[in-house]
Amino acid sequence: MSDPVTIIANWLEGLLLGWGLSPLLATIILNAIGILVMAALLLVLDIFLVWVERKVVARFQDRLGPNRLGPYGLIQPIADVIKLLIKEDITPRGADRLVYNLAPILTLATVLLLWAVIPIMPNVVGTDLNVGILYLVAVGAIATLAIIMAGWSSNNKYALLGAFRTVAQMISYEVPMVIALLIPVLLARSMGVSDIVYSQEVWYILVAPAAALIFLISSIAEIGRAPFDLVEAESEIVAGFHIEYTGMKFGLFYAGELLHALTIGALFAALFLGGWSGPGVQAVPVLGVFYLLIKAFFIYWVIMWIKYSLPRIRIDHMLNFNWKFLTPLALVLLLATAIADKALEGSTTVVYILVMLGLNIVLVLGALALARGYASKERQRVGEPKPVARPPQPTVIEQS
Amino acid sequence: MTPVQILFILVAAVTLGAALMVVNARNLVHAALWLIVSFGGVAVFYAMLNAGFLAVAQVVIYIGAIAILMIFAIMMTRNVAGDSSPRFNSSQIIGLVLALALFAGLVWMTLSWSGATTTPMPLDSRADPISQLGSALVSPDGYVLAFELASILLLGALVGALMIAWDRK
Amino acid sequence: MIPLSWYLIFAAALFSIGLFAVLARRNAIVILMGIELMLNAVNINLVAFWRYVNPELIAGQVFAVMVFAVAAAEVAVALAIFISIYRRRRSVSADEIDLMKW
Repeated sequence: MSDPVTIIANWLEGLLLGWGLSPLLATIILNAIGILVMAALLLVLDIFLVWVERKVVARFQDRLGPNRLGPYGLIQPIADVIKLLIKEDITPRGADRLVYNLAPILTLATVLLLWAVIPIMPNVVGTDLNVGILYLVAVGAIATLAIIMAGWSSNNKYALLGAFRTVAQMISYEVPMVIALLIPVLLARSMGVSDIVYSQEVWYILVAPAAALIFLISSIAEIGRAPFDLVEAESEIVAGFHIEYTGMKFGLFYAGELLHALTIGALFAALFLGGWSGPGVQAVPVLGVFYLLIKAFFIYWVIMWIKYSLPRIRIDHMLNFNWKFLTPLALVLLLATAIADKALEGSTTVVYILVMLGLNIVLVLGALALARGYASKERQRVGEPKPVARPPQPTVIEQS
Repeated sequence: MTPVQILFILVAAVTLGAALMVVNARNLVHAALWLIVSFGGVAVFYAMLNAGFLAVAQVVIYIGAIAILMIFAIMMTRNVAGDSSPRFNSSQIIGLVLALALFAGLVWMTLSWSGATTTPMPLDSRADPISQLGSALVSPDGYVLAFELASILLLGALVGALMIAWDRK
Repeated sequence: MIPLSWYLIFAAALFSIGLFAVLARRNAIVILMGIELMLNAVNINLVAFWRYVNPELIAGQVFAVMVFAVAAAEVAVALAIFISIYRRRRSVSADEIDLMKW
């Protein structure tokens, strides 16, 4: 056996039981240790993410990025953390103290909570909930709440505007995200994330590429990254919901956002890219962690690529894009996938993949054609000469 | 007392305390936040009753949709949030008496009922409650009519809310 | 194990608190919150009876799901009404909205 997690868990359990603890207490202690180790590892990874983000952005913008502290600037994030820790911690006058301090903690905690159901290698998962997908949506709802709390309690009009935008954006984009999440559930016949990973003989991105794309887009909207960063649009509402936060409280929001982006990558990997699966995983389960992280970082890189390539979307376009494009497309996709999946029962894998792939491509192209037609009509309407208000021309009286 | 019973009492205390704070809060946003704590406690009870789907659905629907919608409405009726006029109306004594009488009556009924001390039936470990619930909701022998009616109700509520809140100016 | 009566008494307490909010508070949004608390208490009862009396029949859970749907619809319409009233009257106090009380 080369599955260190199971071996260590079994050894610890034996040790605790050997001390004469009751099985229930031993289980509780084991779970607490597991949670602590997982959270600590993720937070250390989070510090490293600051460096990744800054380096990648620098490359996209043709710069070098941090390169002074340590090799390739690797110690830079540590310095950043120290700076954040020793900064003065300000609570604005009139702020709602408890809610104000709770919001950043809740933001980071919800991201950590998401990792509870992501299987990190074969047989190793925080908890194998049979309603895993719904759990992800529920945790996302709490993340929305944290941003509203931050925006409201800061006693600042820009923060409140950010909170308003949060409601409009995050609640709206939850709809296509949930529908897109239903497609892997439908294909795997289960809502548990582990079951979905196990049932991916072919990665679902081949069977349901459109659902994967919709999930990616709506997730970017959920974490409020560009082009959907209306929640904290610097040029419009200064910094939105976290305008009043300084020091480590701001640091928690920042860490939460970075880790959330990577978590979306891990979720995407688990749902559409086969999770921990890869060559040699059956023999050496630890490889699963590396496969999962490689896939997660790839998606994280795509998210950064999108963030630093696209300008911010206008708020009415943001809502229109969701309600008039993504949501109907996701609904049609769900229906089509269900019917095709039923019709293709018993066919070979190759036929199944090809038909599903073709169906997705046809539907997306059809939706894009419809949108293009609408857009050209809209452009024509906007481009028409408008009645212009002119000052009344003074009638020139001929001097005779 | 078993650990499960201690857990029950703790969660019940938090839930009821939060519910009392909802009733008592002067600041409406605080009331909404306490309401969320209360909903969370109810979700824990669903989980304790082996209704995992309902527990997660409670968080999605009540915390993720209803409570956030309420906070949004409170923000839109903003100058009411810091309202310093009295919280309770003139019939608060009657209300208190009625609520206490109802509580006393329900407790008396529960305690005098012989079936109240039953312990839970063992769950069939092979049955998957989620797929059971799913097939019950859409099977013609089950509750498909109620399910469809609920979807029509939601559609009606959606259109109705839009029409009512529309600012025709 | 927890006897059924604990759940029933808890639900009764939650229901009574909700009832008091509905009867005594002036602000319409808090009244709505009270109604939500009452619906939650009812749901606890439904699920507890499902679990304790007849777990083979899924009816208790189905009813709870229906209550979820009704609660969501009710909140959407009620809050729309409050916002509409607030636009006209600058107030959502339940005892000031009495135009139809004559």
